[in-house]
Amino acid sequence: MVDRRHFIKKSVGSLAALGGLALLQRSGLAAATGGEEATILDALPGKEALIKQTYRPPNYETPINYFDAPFTPNKRFFVRYHNAVIPEVKTSEWRLRIGGDAVRTPLELSLEQLRKDFEQVEIAALCLCSGNRRGAFEPPVPGLQWGSGAMGNARWRGVSLKDVLAGAGIDKSALEVSLDGADSGVHKTTPDFVKSLPLAKALDENTLIAFEMNGEPLPHWHGFPTRLIIPGWTATYWIKHLTAVNVISKPFDGFWMKTAYRIPKDRFPSGQFSSQETAADMPITEIVVNSLITSPANGQTLPNAKSIEINGVAWDGGNGIARVDVSTDGGSNWQQATLKQDYGRFSWRQWHWVFEPKRPGACRIMARATSHSGASQPLEPIPNPSGYHHNAVQKITIQLV
Amino acid sequence: MRTLILLLSFFAATATAGESQIFLKDRPGKNQVVAQCAMCHSLDYITQHAPIPDRAGWEKTVAKMINSMGAPINDADKQIIIDYLAQNYGK
Repeated sequence: MVDRRHFIKKSVGSLAALGGLALLQRSGLAAATGGEEATILDALPGKEALIKQTYRPPNYETPINYFDAPFTPNKRFFVRYHNAVIPEVKTSEWRLRIGGDAVRTPLELSLEQLRKDFEQVEIAALCLCSGNRRGAFEPPVPGLQWGSGAMGNARWRGVSLKDVLAGAGIDKSALEVSLDGADSGVHKTTPDFVKSLPLAKALDENTLIAFEMNGEPLPHWHGFPTRLIIPGWTATYWIKHLTAVNVISKPFDGFWMKTAYRIPKDRFPSGQFSSQETAADMPITEIVVNSLITSPANGQTLPNAKSIEINGVAWDGGNGIARVDVSTDGGSNWQQATLKQDYGRFSWRQWHWVFEPKRPGACRIMARATSHSGASQPLEPIPNPSGYHHNAVQKITIQLV
Repeated sequence: MRTLILLLSFFAATATAGESQIFLKDRPGKNQVVAQCAMCHSLDYITQHAPIPDRAGWEKTVAKMINSMGAPINDADKQIIIDYLAQNYGK
């Protein structure tokens, strides 16, 4: 499938990015199923060249060879927007408004107040698009045809949302907390991208209003000046350019909660969101256990005489990774990989395993992560109408010569 | 013509350079597709989905754009757009 696709180098990227393209050409997962669309590398202002999914709104994914680092550099981090009007926010004009019918005292905070009036915390957490790997579903599912790069791991610094809400006071009628950012649609009739959280998740000490990413002020494409960080939950809730937080007594009924980002009930192990559930479906919430082989690349040719280091990352929704098992014989035998440094239960975990090839020819490599809760990856993706939570065991083939 | 001028000025304000390199198939209905769809999003949303929806799938997508996403497309243009997408970018 990848072979018939033609590749275009659209903009001048770094040599590393071009190396990434070479890897992508051989990678079964990265290039996804897409149709007539060529793979295009393109750089948004201030970013390095990434794999362009759509120009406007901007949706770009990270080449998987960039995932060899424990933290994904900001300039290489994936970009995902739902609406095309994305203002460049000025710090002097920006205010965060805390309101809603279940808040006692509405508040308005400047960035300086947010930074100075609350205790700052930093959390390493994976930011993962709900639809990452959608392009690998068979049969194809409508939606952005993401490969494996709609994710990134970063250190996020900010303040706990619960501390900010405590300043406003929460009424006992509170049910959900809704979140809005400065971006919007072209037409007034287009639903604004607003999400809500169950009150308990909003008050979780790990739920942050972040203003720094990997030690730098949050870049524009990642939500300057502040964005929500909900470690362990998919990135749909991680609202960028945050402007309004409303504590509300009724379930939020906007399009992006009631209609979009929903999964069939009871098909996935998942965090609850009772106020948004129907008999049939529920909002996507927690990230499912998953892993990715970052090197070697699918289709790569390597010498049979040398040992081969297999590298990758593994993650879940916050239980932490207990083990990663690797097979080099198509799944008959599995060996336990070595886990690298632990940056906390919401960070992805790098792993590696050294393989001594025995004979030349095609070699099928697979990786399977297991979390501390005992959850593990299925061999086939779990079908669902919108193509979320693709966490099937990855299979790559290398040629030994 | 007025729509075209509005559209061009809109592109000038928001479209990236790369976006102008997307070319849809030059068949009847293309003008309506470009005028209506590209108001809110680049046309790679269409080319990316090329092999996935059949006619019913494109009908559903266009209906979603109008009913859920608030696209102000009249019934005549809606039918032209569906026909164009189904014939040129359908499964």
